[in-house]
Amino acid sequence: PPRRKQPRRAGWRARGRTRTVRSNLLPPPSAEDSVAGATKGERLQRLGCVQHVADNRLKTTKYTLLSFLPKNLFEQFHRLANVYFVFIALLNFVPAVNAFQPGLALAPVLFILAVTAFKDLWEDYSRYRSDHEINHLGCLVFSREEKKYVNRFWKEIHVGDFVRLRCNEIIPADILLLSSSDPDGLCHIETANLDGETNLKRRQVVRGFSELVSEFNPLTFTSVIECEKPNNDLTRFRGCIIHDNGKKAGLYKENLLLRGCTIRNTEAVVGIVIYAGHETKALLNNSGPRYKRSQLERQMNCDVLWCVLLLVCMSLFSAVGHGLWMQRYQDKKALFDVPESDGSSLSPVTAAVYSFLTMIIVLQVLIPISLYVSIEIVKVCQVYFINQDIELYDEETDSQLQCRALNITEDLGQIQYIFSDKTGTLTENKMVFRRCTVSGIEYSHDANAQRLARYQEADSEEEEVPRGGSSQRGSIGSHQSIRILHRSQSTKSYWRTGSRKTLGSLLDPTHHVYPFSPQEKDITPDPKLLEKVNECDKYLAISRHQEHPLAQLSPELSDVFDFFIALTICNTVVVTSPDQPRQKASHGVPPRAHDALALLRSPSVVSLPEGEHGSLPFRELLSGLRKMQQGASHRERLGQPTPAIASNGYSSPADSWEPEYPQEPQPKQELRFEAESPDEAALVYAAKAYNCALVDRLHDQVSVELPHLGRLTFELLHTLGFDSIRKRMSVVIRHPLTDEINVYTKGADSVVMDLLLPYDARGQHQNKIRSKTQNYLNLYAMEGLRTLCIAKRVLSKEEYACWLQSHLEAESSVDNREELLFQSAIRLETNLHLLGATGIEDRLQDGVPETITKLRQAGLQIWVLTGDKQETAINIAYACKLLDHDEEVITLNAESQEACAALLDQCLHHVQSRGSYTPEKTESCVNVGFSSLYLASATSTVSGPSPSLVIDGRSLAYALDKNLEDKFLFLAKQCRSVLCCRSTPLQKSMVVKLVRSKLKAMTLAIGDGANDVSMIQVADVGVGISGQEGMQAVMASDFAVPRFRYLERLLIVHGHWCYSRLANMVLYFFYKNTMFVGLLFWFQFYCGFSASAMIDQWYLIFFNLLFSSLPQLVTGVLDKNVPAHVLLLKPQLYKSGQNREEYRPRAFWLNMVDAAFQSLICFFIPYLAYYDSDVDMFTWGTPITAIALFTFLLHLGIETKTWTWLNWTACVFSIFLFFTVALIYNASCATCYPPSNPYWTMQALLGDPVFYLICLIAPITALLPRWVLEFVSDFSTHTAAILLPKDQQGAQHSGHKCTIERGHRAGGPGGSGPRVLQTRRGCFGSMS
Amino acid sequence: MTWSATARGAHQPDNTAFTQQRLPAWQPLLSASITLPLFFCAGLAFIGLGLGLYYSSNGIKELEYDYTGNPGTGNCSVCAAEGQGRAPPPNCSCAWYFSLPELFPGPVYLYYELTNFYQNNRRYGVSRDDAQLSGLPSALHHPVNECAPYQFSAAGLPIAPCGAIANSLFNDSFSLWHQRRPGGPYVEVPLDRAAIAWWTDYHVKFRNPPLVNGSLALAFRGTAPPPNWHRPVYELSPDPNNTGFINQDFVVWMRTAALPTFRKLYARIRQGNYTAGLPRGAYRVNITYNYPVRVFGGHKLIIFSNISWMGGKNPFLGIAYLVVGSLCILMGFVMLVVYIRYQDQNDEDDDDE
Repeated sequence: PPRRKQPRRAGWRARGRTRTVRSNLLPPPSAEDSVAGATKGERLQRLGCVQHVADNRLKTTKYTLLSFLPKNLFEQFHRLANVYFVFIALLNFVPAVNAFQPGLALAPVLFILAVTAFKDLWEDYSRYRSDHEINHLGCLVFSREEKKYVNRFWKEIHVGDFVRLRCNEIIPADILLLSSSDPDGLCHIETANLDGETNLKRRQVVRGFSELVSEFNPLTFTSVIECEKPNNDLTRFRGCIIHDNGKKAGLYKENLLLRGCTIRNTEAVVGIVIYAGHETKALLNNSGPRYKRSQLERQMNCDVLWCVLLLVCMSLFSAVGHGLWMQRYQDKKALFDVPESDGSSLSPVTAAVYSFLTMIIVLQVLIPISLYVSIEIVKVCQVYFINQDIELYDEETDSQLQCRALNITEDLGQIQYIFSDKTGTLTENKMVFRRCTVSGIEYSHDANAQRLARYQEADSEEEEVPRGGSSQRGSIGSHQSIRILHRSQSTKSYWRTGSRKTLGSLLDPTHHVYPFSPQEKDITPDPKLLEKVNECDKYLAISRHQEHPLAQLSPELSDVFDFFIALTICNTVVVTSPDQPRQKASHGVPPRAHDALALLRSPSVVSLPEGEHGSLPFRELLSGLRKMQQGASHRERLGQPTPAIASNGYSSPADSWEPEYPQEPQPKQELRFEAESPDEAALVYAAKAYNCALVDRLHDQVSVELPHLGRLTFELLHTLGFDSIRKRMSVVIRHPLTDEINVYTKGADSVVMDLLLPYDARGQHQNKIRSKTQNYLNLYAMEGLRTLCIAKRVLSKEEYACWLQSHLEAESSVDNREELLFQSAIRLETNLHLLGATGIEDRLQDGVPETITKLRQAGLQIWVLTGDKQETAINIAYACKLLDHDEEVITLNAESQEACAALLDQCLHHVQSRGSYTPEKTESCVNVGFSSLYLASATSTVSGPSPSLVIDGRSLAYALDKNLEDKFLFLAKQCRSVLCCRSTPLQKSMVVKLVRSKLKAMTLAIGDGANDVSMIQVADVGVGISGQEGMQAVMASDFAVPRFRYLERLLIVHGHWCYSRLANMVLYFFYKNTMFVGLLFWFQFYCGFSASAMIDQWYLIFFNLLFSSLPQLVTGVLDKNVPAHVLLLKPQLYKSGQNREEYRPRAFWLNMVDAAFQSLICFFIPYLAYYDSDVDMFTWGTPITAIALFTFLLHLGIETKTWTWLNWTACVFSIFLFFTVALIYNASCATCYPPSNPYWTMQALLGDPVFYLICLIAPITALLPRWVLEFVSDFSTHTAAILLPKDQQGAQHSGHKCTIERGHRAGGPGGSGPRVLQTRRGCFGSMS
Repeated sequence: MTWSATARGAHQPDNTAFTQQRLPAWQPLLSASITLPLFFCAGLAFIGLGLGLYYSSNGIKELEYDYTGNPGTGNCSVCAAEGQGRAPPPNCSCAWYFSLPELFPGPVYLYYELTNFYQNNRRYGVSRDDAQLSGLPSALHHPVNECAPYQFSAAGLPIAPCGAIANSLFNDSFSLWHQRRPGGPYVEVPLDRAAIAWWTDYHVKFRNPPLVNGSLALAFRGTAPPPNWHRPVYELSPDPNNTGFINQDFVVWMRTAALPTFRKLYARIRQGNYTAGLPRGAYRVNITYNYPVRVFGGHKLIIFSNISWMGGKNPFLGIAYLVVGSLCILMGFVMLVVYIRYQDQNDEDDDDE
């Protein structure tokens, strides 16, 4: 759901927008006021208590027992089709025009309404049950009467209650944190339930309460809290607390515990409930499933309108015919003409009007009443099958594909444009430290690069990876890794990604860290740099007691030292050592894992057979653990697995406690780093590899351990957190060695480079470093590395004091805090001294290049929209085969609107006149501030593939301008792929919106982070990657996949199937109804257009609903026109969906024509067979119904490409049902069903040989043309398919390709036949 | 323990043929090995069946006579002219003479046929009360509204049987006379007029109201006959088993025809000397001409026909089977050609490999 931005920063304080919360333990204000009497209302007003405050009861149900019927009906009548059918049914109650028994006519629409209502009721009931369960969770609430915390249900919590929460409890409401067992007044929460982010977030006791020495006593709480009205902004909370003495203190989101989060690492907390129930931020953020209308459904609705038109035309024709017929026979006193009930003759015009209305009733089946319901059923089944596909299941994360939107499955088969995020989507979002430059000297970390290369090799070759020079911990990691390789023959993916959620992390629910793989953690240091660091260390260890220890170091070494200190402390990484919980001073205590191990060994839990590799039955384990935790104290409960497991996120738990692999001695306690972003952790691990280890971080101090220098504790004065506007973060510390105030800043190079000390003559050295570093940064970017600059500033005491004053002001300001803090941060982060830069690699996900190639072959245009640097992005694009080295790349970087326009014109000109364009010309026209329009390969210009376009954020902003967007789109359309760098989330969504609206193309957006949410929401199909950056993208998405590579199967196989199944089913529906109505229409020519029907009203009404619905549903759910392996092998087949070949107007009309033809045959064969005989109306109409049924089934049989036993069963069942119903119906009552009165008709027919004879010939004749054409076209196209299994390993054969193309052409625009047939490829037993 | 069974992740989908959409499947209707033989076999079978049907239909004799009485078409034109403009027409008799050169094999059915008569007109077709016809006393006196304007008589009495269908009951009657020898006397051929209606109609659907004092007339007291009728419903026939609502002619008429040209069975000839059919000789059909059809351009025909196992004479089915059978074979050849062509193509492709 889109976050509502508060329009005014200080707006929350405006009158009527605040909520006042007082303790419930105080005598309620009203009681107080009752003495005062008259002033009561006034006081209430003043206190703001008049506003309604929700309690904590959760109610997500839509209906109550009473309101269900009216409310549900009201909702159902929002669907126009339902209104239409009810209208038709009601028309039957008008005697002059009625065609059927009124009650009977209502039956189908009531049936449809009832089915939908039942579904809604069931859903509502499940919601009710889950609400009930949540409402009856327990928690501790302070009771005024008992003066202690008592157990209450969640639903009994009110605003103003005091709630005490213990570790691992889920927070029941939005609570203001007033007290924590943590000595610093901190509390850690995990927000996974809210946004999926598993790192711990820190919350702080309200200022003024943390200093309390004794335990917090709710009875003494007399302050009043003023805060915002409930809103859905998770990232914002403002308010103030007014103490008795009139003092005010600000409240921020750091003070608020949000409902749904879990308390971690903190023994107990107490807070006052601010928002409860539906006013909590979590629930305000919870919007139900999304409703999107698929493209196919839109097209279908259009065809429904055509059907309506056809219906009106038929009725009109019939009405005119009836009028003329009446005129002809009326004055002749024909015996069969019936006058009005009063005996007067009916005027032909009136008769025509009546006939028109009756015809609309009789022909109503032309508008398929069950179409919408059937489509919903089919989609639900499709979603089920997509969810069930084992090939879309990711074993590493134990997650399968989730379909979050139920009604756009077929859109997956029609995508034309894919908009992809880069980080986390194409790449792992697992940051691996690659290289760095310090003080202008580059350290290439060759050994590290080799190590990383070996990881890749290990993917393909399963052999022991020799590993040298890594740290002690590394050796453990490699040891276990190798073992796993031996165990499992298919560990490829484990190796590469290492993100397997293992028992290690699950065992210990208090810790959810990034499951870092050894690649990320075991950094092989560059020997030169390591030496320099050691040198510093040693030197400083010696000189640490001198007055200026750092002054003796050479500038370079001093930079090196600062660089590593900055890497280590300039972040928000939380260190958790196994000897939990956090205490103010943590000391190395050997890790204890006994509890967990004991539990695991206990017979109630699974024992692990030798050599098995895999995941435990997590649920069992977890529940076991939870049980144990109930009793155990926090400290004991932690149940650390061995450090080795904890650090090697992927390793199997079996490894660590099998006795034959005893724990290696731990020279040091094992530390884990919990970082908010993987980049940070990567840097901390890198620093650690250089023996500069972060060992502890508290809110006011950071400790770093160095081998010689020992533990250095920095006083942490301020942390200026990262934000996307500043693109940097800083810490202000007091250096323990020099006692100086230092600012360490880490940020994007583009920003940090501008904040450095201004150029001057004196800083010659610094200038040199700066330009060198810039060169290296460019180099890194070219390699596709993510770059960060590290800088430092030394503050004088005066400067600091000056800054501090303004900063404190900003911090304590209530109204404009964020703005002021931002300003304050900017004031601090200037005149920086550049220390160095780092290059972090974000590795491509498994199978990304292959997937992109396949998707390309499938005719999809892939655009990558990233916030990354242009060079980095281009590099990644090459790596994932988005750009090709022998293809042309157009780079569009413009500094101004005009330049952009000119450039676009040039590019367009170039693209249009490719071939005559030479690189020389390019050079000459590059003049104004844009880098170039360079050609990667001059030779490819002549007849190469279409070029690719790279555009940066700034130029994109210009290009998206109203004047230029058409040009830009035109250019982009010509390009094979488009790469937008440095784009903001808003730009991403603008691009998607533009393509969607201007090119009328089906778009798919895929991303994993919060910055992709807007793009995902705008696109026709939004896909979220349930990856590292939380769940926001998944929440906003229609489909959530674990990895990018699953997109291939999702689109090419499931998308194709869903589309083709649904398209064929919809077409079949239209065909079926038209054909059926055709029978009735032809009859009008023989009954004076009097709207009478030879088909009994029961058959007419229930035919669609009962007799002919099941087989088409089965086909709609299960049919596969092309088997999966062929689809994957020939991605080109996907184009049929993009071009809407299965369901386009032509197909629709051809189907209608075929339906007309078939109905002619099915009408006239019985007509001629019974011509001039004594047959009566229903004895003649019933065979026609039977013929229609047989024809439909046979037609479906031809359309169905894969007949399974389910299809057979459904067909047999349909026939059986029809005859059973007919026999029972025709025997049940002799006089009950006027006017049809079909008593004993079916029984009589079964004794009539002509009945069998026409039932045999009519369906076959009707389907003969379609059959032959399908066969011929199928046979000419299927040959490729039938041969494919043979080629699967081999290269594609030109001959086959030829066949397939010929197939396409045969059925293409020039093709003939009752339908467009080119994509239907038979399977011919090649499946199974 | 069953570690291996539980080893898979909690969310791992089941690997069954159904969930993985790997159910064994085939497409019988489009595979060459099935379709081609099917087409040829079906074609041959159809042709065979068609021939059979054609000959059995051709074996059926039919003799029809249009007695509408259009001017100059026989002696019924007198009646037709007389009846013009008058409704109901007076009882007028006319006759149709024909001779059979040979035996008309039996059993012979006597039909009458009306053309251009829209019994399937919707407002006509609904104008009946099945409850009344089933002898329900309450319905007898309270006909349903669908019967209007033939629901109540001008005097306000309920009409029995009500409705337009009953009102338009066909009321011509026929008798057949046979002259064995030229110049000999005409002997009346017995017409079997029982069981001409459906058994279920006569026995289940149509029932007389319960007799009052053993009298059907009393049972119908308080009702009026339809306006076009000359006599009340209980006097349709002297035979108590054939009068009232269960009069066979009435029951036959009430089974409304599907198409505007229709026959209705009048009688069977299977009694006495005529069990084997109508022997050769001269015949006369006496027609009581009552029913006006010329006003709306209809025709009345009288038809003698015998039937085969497949019903009355209708060459259409035979021809249709022949045509479709031939088409099947033709299409079979077309498909064979296509099949062979692409088979060759594939072989070439295979050779290339």
